Amino acid sequence: MLALEFPPISELVEWRSFGPGGLNKVALIYVVSALLTVAFFVVAASKGRRQRVPTGIAAIAESSVDFVRNQIIMQTMGTEGMVYLPLLATMFFFIFFSNIFEIVPGVQFPANARIAMPIVLAVLVWLIFNVVGLVKQGPIHYFKGILFPPGVPKALYLLVTPIELVSTLLVRPLSLSVRLFANMLAGHLILATFAILSAALFSASISIAVMPFSFLLLVFLMGFEILVSFLQAFIFTILAAVYIGGALHPEH
Amino acid sequence: MYALHLLAQQDPGELVQGLTAVGRGIVYGGAAIGPGIGIGIVVGNAITAMARQPESAGVVRTTMFLGIAFTEALALFGFVLSFIISG
Repeated sequence: MLALEFPPISELVEWRSFGPGGLNKVALIYVVSALLTVAFFVVAASKGRRQRVPTGIAAIAESSVDFVRNQIIMQTMGTEGMVYLPLLATMFFFIFFSNIFEIVPGVQFPANARIAMPIVLAVLVWLIFNVVGLVKQGPIHYFKGILFPPGVPKALYLLVTPIELVSTLLVRPLSLSVRLFANMLAGHLILATFAILSAALFSASISIAVMPFSFLLLVFLMGFEILVSFLQAFIFTILAAVYIGGALHPEH
Repeated sequence: MYALHLLAQQDPGELVQGLTAVGRGIVYGGAAIGPGIGIGIVVGNAITAMARQPESAGVVRTTMFLGIAFTEALALFGFVLSFIISG
């Protein structure tokens, strides 16, 4: 039969630490993607300043900042949210770079498939939107807006208030981190599954006839994961923008 | 009856392991039903809206991704939960 040995999940996502302070592959990917984010904007800014019409990396940076501004901030917060453009743009690129290592040959691990950094980012977003709400609306108005949304019949507050409390203060950061983490983990597992399957089919005798299908699906999924890593960065950023925008404007 | 007979002969550790694997499958499968239907409704209605008013496609697309993200979260909770379950 097939020599199909699927490794336990711990073998796919846990890495030995080789540096000071438990530095391992995941932490290294985070460091590299943070440096890439900084380098991308610094290089683009210094090049774009010298060029009248931005080309190359400056043009890419310009159109991506434009994307964050038009597709994320203008859609959710309006011009008032432009203050958060640097935060959201760097957040988008940091998540995108650490996701895209999923399909970079030789690395092939999406750093966000470990939940640590998604939790940190989600807690950061949670802190920001709460502080923004407390400062812009005042504590009483802000919590009144969360706990007693207007336009609900009085008797229903018995039901709505606990739900709103849990969904705004607990489920928001939880779902924000779990969404990113689980999407990347699922993508990594799918790629690993089809890679292992292709290898097992290749070594077997007659089953090599089926191997091309498995391998082609693997190639297709690689392309699909590029889309997923972009989409997850986009969704994380746009949800952060929606939460901050909700704290900026009280509900009517 | 034959299946029960087989179950009784198994080593209890192996039995727990097998049933855990079955439970994981059921948890994820169950958690994927609702969001699957939900994402279908979200995307279907978004396509209808885009087809009726192509000039509003940008807004609709953003809102569609938001709706997908909220719906999909439930399936992902199930996905994570299936790994947390242990025998």
